Amino acid sequence: MRLFTLIGGGVIARVSRLGRASVFLYRVFLGGWQIFTRPSLLVHQIYAVGVLTLTIILVAGLFVGMVLSFQGYNTLVDFGAESSLGLMVALSLTRELGPVLAALLFAGRAGSALTAEIGLMKATQQLAGMEMMAVNPIERVVAPRFFAGFFSLTLLAALFTAVGVFGGHFIGVTVLGVDAGVFWSSMQEGVDFNDDIVSGIVKSIVFGFVVTWIAVFEGYDAVPTAEGVSRATTRTVVNASLAVLALDFILTSLMFGDV
Amino acid sequence: MAQRQVMEAWVGIFVVMGLAAFGVLALKVGNLSSADVADAYQIEARFDNIGGLKVRSRVTLSGVRIGRVKEIYVDPSDYRAVVILDIAGRYTNLPADSTAVIQTAGILGEQYVALDPGGDESFLKDGDKIMLTQSALVLEDLIGKFLYNKSDSGDGK
Repeated sequence: MRLFTLIGGGVIARVSRLGRASVFLYRVFLGGWQIFTRPSLLVHQIYAVGVLTLTIILVAGLFVGMVLSFQGYNTLVDFGAESSLGLMVALSLTRELGPVLAALLFAGRAGSALTAEIGLMKATQQLAGMEMMAVNPIERVVAPRFFAGFFSLTLLAALFTAVGVFGGHFIGVTVLGVDAGVFWSSMQEGVDFNDDIVSGIVKSIVFGFVVTWIAVFEGYDAVPTAEGVSRATTRTVVNASLAVLALDFILTSLMFGDV
Repeated sequence: MAQRQVMEAWVGIFVVMGLAAFGVLALKVGNLSSADVADAYQIEARFDNIGGLKVRSRVTLSGVRIGRVKEIYVDPSDYRAVVILDIAGRYTNLPADSTAVIQTAGILGEQYVALDPGGDESFLKDGDKIMLTQSALVLEDLIGKFLYNKSDSGDGK
């Protein structure tokens, strides 16, 4: 009997949490007009969420591109197909690694910071204070962060991919001696703008939406204690990463499944 | 105030970099830059079998790319494949009796249309047809013929 109570309680708690998250998202969108009347709030948040994440994204993108190029070269050279190196690097980056890795890094670097910031505001009753002063905290605090994260990740994923391609170019052409013309032309022959690049961008938009949604909701919904905030931060990173990987599978099977 | 301007400048740099990354992806990595052939004119060629030729495959003259395949369809009246070729506007002096051959890059590579110039005095114009064509080499057919010949000669002994 205890077991049933435990399972049922867990299910009810999760479903009602999902419901709260959806209502919260709806209120964030209602509060979204604020970013047009006060764009400085959005600019400030893009700085905190996007610009400060730039370093890790650029460095990670560079190294991922270089490693891909190394590994790809070692595999392809066995088949005498090292001329396809550029194509392999570019396809794996645009379709998968760019959006997914950028979203995972973003969840760790910016998502956790968003949750901790909003959670601490709640724990120190700043959000309640705003409501006292008839300032809607969702409009003033949450909505700018949400839209800034959403917007930043799309740009960051594109930067990750572009830097990765140049990292791959550096290793492939400069170090391993693949011909530069072949590297670029095999890439341009094989990468289709609509099929590969646009679907990568769509992926990064979806990931940006989900990761920032989870981050701001966990912060807003955190138990307002030191322990509650730390738990919420952990949950953000874990849930956002799992959501990105699961959604990536779904999106990939939708986009590339029916060839 | 100064600090805020620095922040705004960084955000501006970030957005510009992001948009530049989109530009790099579209033009350098993707094929948006080479998707269109500059002021192209169209030539039609009919083949019995186009093999693995696809829309946007290359059209070459002496190995140099001068255009792309624009459209492929089957003519229902004679069941032959009609391939419309986009040829770049600056190659206006293709002789009217040129041949179009579907060739393969490498043994298993992608297929493309190779044009072979003829000796005619008049040139191909927009909407003209190439009369002399040679179909794609289908590897399976070749292997089939080879095996058939082998077994024939084996019987002969």
